[in-house]
Amino acid sequence: MFESVPDIIRYVIQGFGVTTSIFLAAAAFSYVMAFVAGLCRLSNITIIRGITAVYVEFFRGTSLIVQLFWLQYAIPMLLGINIASAWWIGVIAIGLNYGAYLSEVVRTSVISVDKGQTEASIALNMTRFQRMRLVILPQALRLMLPEFGNYSIQILKGTSLVSLIGVTDILYFGDVYRSSNLSEGAMVYFILLIIYFIIALPLIYLSKKGEKIAKKGAAT
Amino acid sequence: MATREEEMTTQDQTDEEVVEQEVDYNANPIVSYKDVHKSFGDVHVLKGINLDIYPSEKIAIIGPSGSGKTTIIRMLMTLEEPSEGDIIVDGENLWKMEKGNGEMVRASDKHLHGIRDDIGMVFQHFNLFPHKTILNNCVMPLTSVRKMPKNEAIELSKEMLSRVGLGDKLDMYPSSLSGGQKQRVAMARALVMKPKIMLFDEVTSALDPELVGEVLEVIRDLARTEEMAMVMVTHEMDFALEIADRVLFLDGGKIAESGSASEVIEHSENPRLQDFLKRFRAD
Ligand SMILES: Nc1ncnc2c1ncn2[C@@H]1O[C@H](COP(=O)(O)OP(=O)(O)O)[C@@H](O)[C@H]1O
Ligand SMILES: [Mg+2]
Repeated sequence: MFESVPDIIRYVIQGFGVTTSIFLAAAAFSYVMAFVAGLCRLSNITIIRGITAVYVEFFRGTSLIVQLFWLQYAIPMLLGINIASAWWIGVIAIGLNYGAYLSEVVRTSVISVDKGQTEASIALNMTRFQRMRLVILPQALRLMLPEFGNYSIQILKGTSLVSLIGVTDILYFGDVYRSSNLSEGAMVYFILLIIYFIIALPLIYLSKKGEKIAKKGAAT
Repeated sequence: MATREEEMTTQDQTDEEVVEQEVDYNANPIVSYKDVHKSFGDVHVLKGINLDIYPSEKIAIIGPSGSGKTTIIRMLMTLEEPSEGDIIVDGENLWKMEKGNGEMVRASDKHLHGIRDDIGMVFQHFNLFPHKTILNNCVMPLTSVRKMPKNEAIELSKEMLSRVGLGDKLDMYPSSLSGGQKQRVAMARALVMKPKIMLFDEVTSALDPELVGEVLEVIRDLARTEEMAMVMVTHEMDFALEIADRVLFLDGGKIAESGSASEVIEHSENPRLQDFLKRFRAD
């Protein structure tokens, strides 16, 4: 049964570029959303806090698959417009979804930096912006690292859902291969597991490292 | 990095600068509290504080724990807003500002920012920036708030850190210092900003007893050589006796006693104060 392994690998690896590019783009997008939404939720301005709270709770409270289907099928049907290619829709949906989760990580890390840090920077007459940029965020970042590592691994795993809207990632190619070689289904999915795990290895390493940095990080 | 010898010379220089300072009580006060009240929820902590602080005056505030000593100086540092009354700094109302039509409204961030420049504070728990070296704890506020060129900021910070005896620790991080060293860095960080009035909130009470002396020594040196006014919340009675021009006893939400150190600590007949001092000396 192992003689087909090289064939399977050669076939599914065609999706490697798409899986990694969606992962990198979606992760970058979600990090940006995380900081924008996380900091907006700490804003003094009620309406900004309100709007971001709706965004965060909406995306955390609904499923990623349904969000993908909405962007890919429902909105084009309702509005008669195609938003973007399936690749972009994958990036946007995953980015918005994990951005919502990560914004909570940003928010809680910022508020868990010791209040004395803010007070000391007020006593030095730093502006609100300087306090955030020079004192609070550098310390909050360290606290965020482990969770950003964990969520990045989840984002990688989440990318496999885009095969459901026709994006040609490694899972998509795996499904195609299996449908014409039904007896090798188990081997195909085993190989997919291994590939995902290999891509995740650097992330696992980085999040472990992040945990170490966080431990000796900040005044909390 | 400063050598031992350099440290000695800075020490000598500061010794030369010693000027016995007479407080001029006819001058305009640099800070005035006018019937200031503060409540936290239902708890009425300060019930009408009236206090003038004069340029270069050294004031010690004593009183039972929970009497509101910290709150008094935090309101001046703009960390706590008074519930009622006014605090005037150098002629300007700290917490209120005039709108176009002459009406007084709550101070904006910008208004507070303008006045806060004259005030510095050292905290009980140091509050050093743990992600910055000791040198950068001092340099960063200078370059960001004062917009001082970096090399100038480094010079000034090194000078101040040597003055507090830490000229050889510039590149270390706060986590590797003792409590006494941390507190001395915190003082250097506040001092480089050259405030007109410096607030000290029980700066030795989080320290191991054997580290208290080195911190008091720095304050003693500042009190002797610096023009700035100093307000110290302290439990170190002997120290207050030694360096304070005036001692305030806070009790029941008011300044219950005010006078020279010897008047208040040694000769007051206020039974509450005597009780407080007795309990203190018993510890
Ligand atoms: N942020 C706060 N919220 C609620 N109560 C406070 C706060 N800060 C101080 N208090 C209360 O005000 C009183 C005076 O506090 P404080 O000024 O710290 O006293 P002291 O420094 O003399 O020990 C205490 O009863 C304290 O519990
Ligand atoms: Mg206190």
